[in-house]
Amino acid sequence: MKTNDVILQTTTKVVFFIIFLFSIHIFFAGHYTPGGGFVGGLLTTGAIVLLLLAFDLKTIQQILPFNFTIVTGIGLLLALGTAAGSIFFNVPFFTHAFDDFTLPLFGETSLHTAMLFDSGVYLVVVGSAITIIQSIGGDD
Amino acid sequence: MIIFYTVCLVLVILSMVGLLYRVWRGPSVPDRLIALDAIGVMLISSIALLSILFDTPFFIDVILLIAIMSFIGTVSFSKFIERGEIIERGSDS
Repeated sequence: MKTNDVILQTTTKVVFFIIFLFSIHIFFAGHYTPGGGFVGGLLTTGAIVLLLLAFDLKTIQQILPFNFTIVTGIGLLLALGTAAGSIFFNVPFFTHAFDDFTLPLFGETSLHTAMLFDSGVYLVVVGSAITIIQSIGGDD
Repeated sequence: MIIFYTVCLVLVILSMVGLLYRVWRGPSVPDRLIALDAIGVMLISSIALLSILFDTPFFIDVILLIAIMSFIGTVSFSKFIERGEIIERGSDS
């Protein structure tokens, strides 16, 4: 049965970028306001799930050609590397460092290595959730 | 002004109770689905009123998040009602 869902697909093409930008915002706002890597990863997963609902599984695997188990592995490696990097500076495991830098576009910015750990959490959440949904939706 | 917001919150919660009655005794599945979607909207408005009452701006992200999640849930449920499968396989199957 060939059904015509042009309204859902056109709405998805607009709403996907709003959800994705909101997830990026909530990921970067995690240090001073509620949010962080976990909620940002779940919102990115929600955006990709909306694409999966509007189109089919094969189209999404063509436009996002990532192996999401490898994304999970990269996230775990990033988190563990951030935690283990403090050993080389003669401080205990998981000690974070921060400093103020003057970036060309942002001006005075405080950069913190907890951001790297948080992006590891983000990649792990996105990878594992998309792997679960694709493997459940893809079997017979 | 506190009394006004509290009265608004009580009205929103009463309408949520009415929608819960429709979820409990809906004759068909789409009645229950639309009642759940409207419960999401009532939850958004009650969180906005609570964020006025508590005088904090930190609940504003929660409002947008509930709106997005309610939309995705309603779309997936209605796709399940219409076609029987939520995520389609591909063009060749």
